[in-house]
Amino acid sequence: MDLAYTDDQKAFRDEVRSFLDEKLPKRLSDKVASGKRLTKADYEEWHAILHDKGWLGVTWPKEHGGTGWDAVERHIFEMETTRANAPRIVPFGINMLGPVLMKFGSDEQKAHYLPRILDGSDWWCQGYSEPGAGSDLASLKCSAERDGDHYIVNGQKTWTTLGQHANMIFCLVRTSKEGKPQEGISFLLIDMDSPGVSVRPIVLIDGEAEVNEVWFDNVKVPAENLVGEENKGWTYAKYLLTHERTNIAGVGFSTAALASLKRIAGLEMQDGKPLIENPLFAAKVAQVEIDLMAMATTNLRVVAAAAAGQAPGPESSMLKIKGTVIRQEINHLTRRAVGPYALPFVSEALEDGSNVEPVGPDYALPAVQSYFNNRKLSIYGGSNEVQRGIITKAILEL
Amino acid sequence: MNFELTDERQMLQDSLRRYLSDTVTPELLHKATEAGSGHSDTLWQGLSEMGVSGALFSEDDGGFGGTGFDLSVVFEEMGRVGAFEPLIESGILAGGLIAALGSDAQKALIEEIVAGGTILTLAHGEPGSRYDLAHVETQATATDDGYTLSGRKSLVMAASAASHAVVSARTSGDRRDAAGISLFLVPLDADGLEIRDYPMNGGGRAAELALTDVTLPADARIGPEGDAHAALETAQARAICAQCAEAVGLMDAIKDLTVGYLQQRRQFGQPIGKFQALQHRMADLLIEIEQARSAVINLAGHLEAPRTDRERHVSAAKNLVGRTAKLVVEESIQMHGGIGMTMEYALGHLAKRLTMIDHRFGDADWHLERFIRLAAA
Ligand SMILES: Cc1cc2nc3c(=O)[nH]c(=O)nc-3n(C[C@H](O)[C@H](O)[C@H](O)COP(=O)(O)OP(=O)(O)OC[C@H]3O[C@@H](n4cnc5c(N)ncnc54)[C@H](O)[C@@H]3O)c2cc1C
Repeated sequence: MDLAYTDDQKAFRDEVRSFLDEKLPKRLSDKVASGKRLTKADYEEWHAILHDKGWLGVTWPKEHGGTGWDAVERHIFEMETTRANAPRIVPFGINMLGPVLMKFGSDEQKAHYLPRILDGSDWWCQGYSEPGAGSDLASLKCSAERDGDHYIVNGQKTWTTLGQHANMIFCLVRTSKEGKPQEGISFLLIDMDSPGVSVRPIVLIDGEAEVNEVWFDNVKVPAENLVGEENKGWTYAKYLLTHERTNIAGVGFSTAALASLKRIAGLEMQDGKPLIENPLFAAKVAQVEIDLMAMATTNLRVVAAAAAGQAPGPESSMLKIKGTVIRQEINHLTRRAVGPYALPFVSEALEDGSNVEPVGPDYALPAVQSYFNNRKLSIYGGSNEVQRGIITKAILEL
Repeated sequence: MNFELTDERQMLQDSLRRYLSDTVTPELLHKATEAGSGHSDTLWQGLSEMGVSGALFSEDDGGFGGTGFDLSVVFEEMGRVGAFEPLIESGILAGGLIAALGSDAQKALIEEIVAGGTILTLAHGEPGSRYDLAHVETQATATDDGYTLSGRKSLVMAASAASHAVVSARTSGDRRDAAGISLFLVPLDADGLEIRDYPMNGGGRAAELALTDVTLPADARIGPEGDAHAALETAQARAICAQCAEAVGLMDAIKDLTVGYLQQRRQFGQPIGKFQALQHRMADLLIEIEQARSAVINLAGHLEAPRTDRERHVSAAKNLVGRTAKLVVEESIQMHGGIGMTMEYALGHLAKRLTMIDHRFGDADWHLERFIRLAAA
């Protein structure tokens, strides 16, 4: 065992650092650091910069225009980009759909869609969940009926993250009511501009509209948009979920959030001293830092154990639970740190270029918003209860 | 010992609960959120007609209650519906300080507060004061016929609804000294007063006040010069009692909502409330909420006790309620899944309001340390 980076890995880290120094626009890193709203154009700008360098397909093999990086290289990239306050890579095309198409898509689908993910022609969103089908995803009802060389789609999806920006949605749809519910599900790619598709934003408790409801009313979808075989969608969906979980530990995000917490607690004065010098508060910050140090290694152990290009198995459930608990605790302490200035809710101040000043320090509202918003971490991508179920069955065999 | 409410308080609780559950609809809360005044005129009027503010004052001061148990009955009900009317600001803080220290002429205002026609607020916190009650940098300088006030006041709640603020300012001492703080009654349209008003997380509005040579007559001072700290502490103790009772009301409402959801929401062919993983967590919530209720009862029962005894219960309740609030908010959202994170569903507002309780008058950690210090003293 050797915890140190090899010379090659150190050189790679330096390369990532100097790339970020040179190419990450300060306008974007300032926005991320200060918790301002990122627009669609901001994400697209950052994707284009990464794509130029060949670094957008972080998890993709070289043959499809990806980086071909191993687990340690991906870890280094994650740590450096979050530390530099780069925008996150929007995961739906890169981390979710990409791997599914590579494994199960037709040659035409690969040739058409994969480059479009990289060059930004398509913005994908994920149409899995429905009002009645959350944890019990297999009970989904949104239906696709074959009609000649088309499918006719009817039904509703919900919680569709950033669907307001998307022109494409990958959906799980019901193509059969026979047999077990899992056996009648198909994986369909739908153009959001098709007649009959409508999108309604949902405002979350942080005050932002990041998720949506999506309705399909007799939407005509070409049959060639089916991925793999009809009624085999559940297999592809599960494959996608394991990939969704590869970066689920969020070590980079937590590390950046911890640094931000320490900075804020150094600025906030409580009873005449910086809050970070308060023994009780300092102990809580230290506690979560200790957890995070171990988490970074747990994460690498699990990710490195998976064969190259493969997603980790049920161990990723462990990463999801512990990773989200740690990040939520950091968010909680940051909310605490801002004190009474958690109260003002002046969301106009988050808009870039608005001349509305925040009330109190500029980090206060983003701290509160992150606390509320990141309650989602333990709900989506398979809730932490569902993950415990997986550990119980697949690892402990109870 | 007897844990029953007196007949009068039971009646107050029953009629208030009935009135609030009939009146406070999601639409009313929405309108109150949008209102420039930061609260609901309809609700305020209804509460005034019921004489609810009277329950916050003793008979000597022109009310019909004023004890810890009167406060806890009223505010538990307010919490249960997620209302955010300026009762703490007007009745307990500003009104309570006037009742404690005011001249007869000033005390005439209490009648108006009780009737609901006048809303007052307290302008005490400052940009750097955080939770330290003695931290006052705003200066009051004596003139020939009164005072001029200069400085900044922060998070002055209900400023947009209030006609006057009780403003604390230093007449002597250093910025964190308990001695040397005086109180003044300041009309909110006074010359030299700049107000920036804004909405808050969890409902209601507050304002930042900038005072530049605000000129006041001598009779604007409330109570003796430089000696307001003890009264501020007492008023804050009463406000914390009210706020903790409100938190318990919010917790009850959230618990009921969550239990209802666990019964109704089906996944995997059964109500999610049948999953033992969730059942046990709901049981834990119930235990913690009952503990919070007891902490509030302890505080309400010691609100008239000598200072150290009272303040130990203040910090005990604020610590326990702060911890429980976090647990209740996080667990209830988690057990709801996605729907628990939306503002369209009732939990959203209740959870935000309950979370924000920890950001006023000291958070759970701050009161934990204070409890230790008070025990050592
Ligand atoms: C901010 C946000 C963004 C999202 N983005 C997307 C997206 O882009 N695309 C998409 O398709 N979906 C998305 N989701 C949906 C997400 O995947 C679901 O919320 C999740 O699957 C949980 O489903 P649910 O919300 O219906 O909760 P439910 O499944 O109803 O669960 C409610 C509670 O019951 C628990 N529970 C359920 N089953 C069991 C069990 N067997 N044992 C013990 N406990 C159980 C859950 O853990 C949870 O605590 C998003 C959700 C959120 C909050």
